Amino acid sequence: MTRFLALLGRELRLALRHGGDTLAALFFFAIAVTMFPLAIGPGPQTLALVGPGIIWVAALLAALLPLDRLFGADFEDGSLDLLLLCGLPASAVAGAKALAHWLMTGLPLLVVAAPLAVMLRMPSGLIPVLLGGLLPGTLLLSLLGTAGAAVVLGARRGGVLLPLLVLPLAVPVLIFGAGAVSAASFGESPRPHLLLLAAMLAAALPLCPIAAGAALRAAAE
Amino acid sequence: MLSAAAGRGLGRLAHALSRRGFNHTGRVPSTGRPRSRARTGGGTDVLQAESVAAFRGERLVLRDIDFALPAGGALLLVGPNGSGKSTLLRLLAGLLRPAAGRLLWDGEDALADPAAHGARLVYVGHQDAVKPGLTAAENLRFAAAAGGGDAGAALAALGLAELADLPARMLSAGQKRRLALARLAVSRAKLWLLDEPTLGLDTASVARFGTLLAAHRAGGGLVVAATHLPLPLDGAAELRLA
Repeated sequence: MTRFLALLGRELRLALRHGGDTLAALFFFAIAVTMFPLAIGPGPQTLALVGPGIIWVAALLAALLPLDRLFGADFEDGSLDLLLLCGLPASAVAGAKALAHWLMTGLPLLVVAAPLAVMLRMPSGLIPVLLGGLLPGTLLLSLLGTAGAAVVLGARRGGVLLPLLVLPLAVPVLIFGAGAVSAASFGESPRPHLLLLAAMLAAALPLCPIAAGAALRAAAE
Repeated sequence: MLSAAAGRGLGRLAHALSRRGFNHTGRVPSTGRPRSRARTGGGTDVLQAESVAAFRGERLVLRDIDFALPAGGALLLVGPNGSGKSTLLRLLAGLLRPAAGRLLWDGEDALADPAAHGARLVYVGHQDAVKPGLTAAENLRFAAAAGGGDAGAALAALGLAELADLPARMLSAGQKRRLALARLAVSRAKLWLLDEPTLGLDTASVARFGTLLAAHRAGGGLVVAATHLPLPLDGAAELRLA
């Protein structure tokens, strides 16, 4: 556990030292969301209809941005070997990386999503539902993204391969996340959607780090 | 139908392995080439390799590697470029699986639990694995937390105490190498695996490193080093790779 926390601390310190990467994902999210009212017009009815979908898709794309450097830098400078030899199982190394990615990307996205939803004229009653879906949603994106980043490690043009691998896996997350908000907007209960998101998170929590750990071991060979 | 397809797949795999020179026992058949052997006499052996073989890509770079290393022992890997020195070090670290043969630690399979094996060794590869954005002390912090040692003392042991708060991007190549070697000093691990450890070091630093190596071996530690340069390792056995 000490080693896991030490690894998490190392990741967060590195991310803060290179704060530009984190901020880039956040600004990308804000700018991408801002583009939509400019393109489809500022009518409140239209925006309220497409708002949740816009926020979900933009969050998904923004979470992908820092993924190709998640293991890439460590792989190139030899640090990955040391991480795999630090006494933690490879899956725990991947788990720490996923948690660091969520803390540095998912959590800020979650915080920024609320004001952006207001900007898109989303009724204030729907915002807790949106955030309630984004909480497991961003965690899932970090876990799936970590597994994807580990799999493409060492591949030529891995940065292009990564979205092709992760985005299809993230489709169910998108469907139920945006579905929760639209269900609530029609006066139905968003609970089944949120519970399905939580179920996916419960499955991804052990599976993604194990898959990513195996991929890291293969990449180090 | 499914099992027939799987059977064909296994048949192809067996064929591929036999083309690589394996027989059914998974051992590499010995050819006219002498077996690489090194023995350091006396004491009980802590680390043992038994007819280890390894591939690098499609090429068999190591075959029939046998050695045994007692507590306090040192093994020098020598041989021309591409002879498999780095491959053997990665194999001993558990980063690479042997294609044949066994690696034993205290008589038991060393690679059964890769994480536990990782905890009993420090690997200094040919890359320094130094993060340019962190200071020298911060670079050591994770290794110190994992190894249980003191980062300040380790920096002092390699003459880096004054540079502790400098970003690692400001360090010279030799200083980065010393920072990589400082990872050895923060760890209590028993096995040190060193890939060209003294490359780019000045004579004073090599002497400091020699003190570190001697102290480690005096405490029962093991050293396996690949090198082309003379290393301060007294009485080290030599494993010549062809």
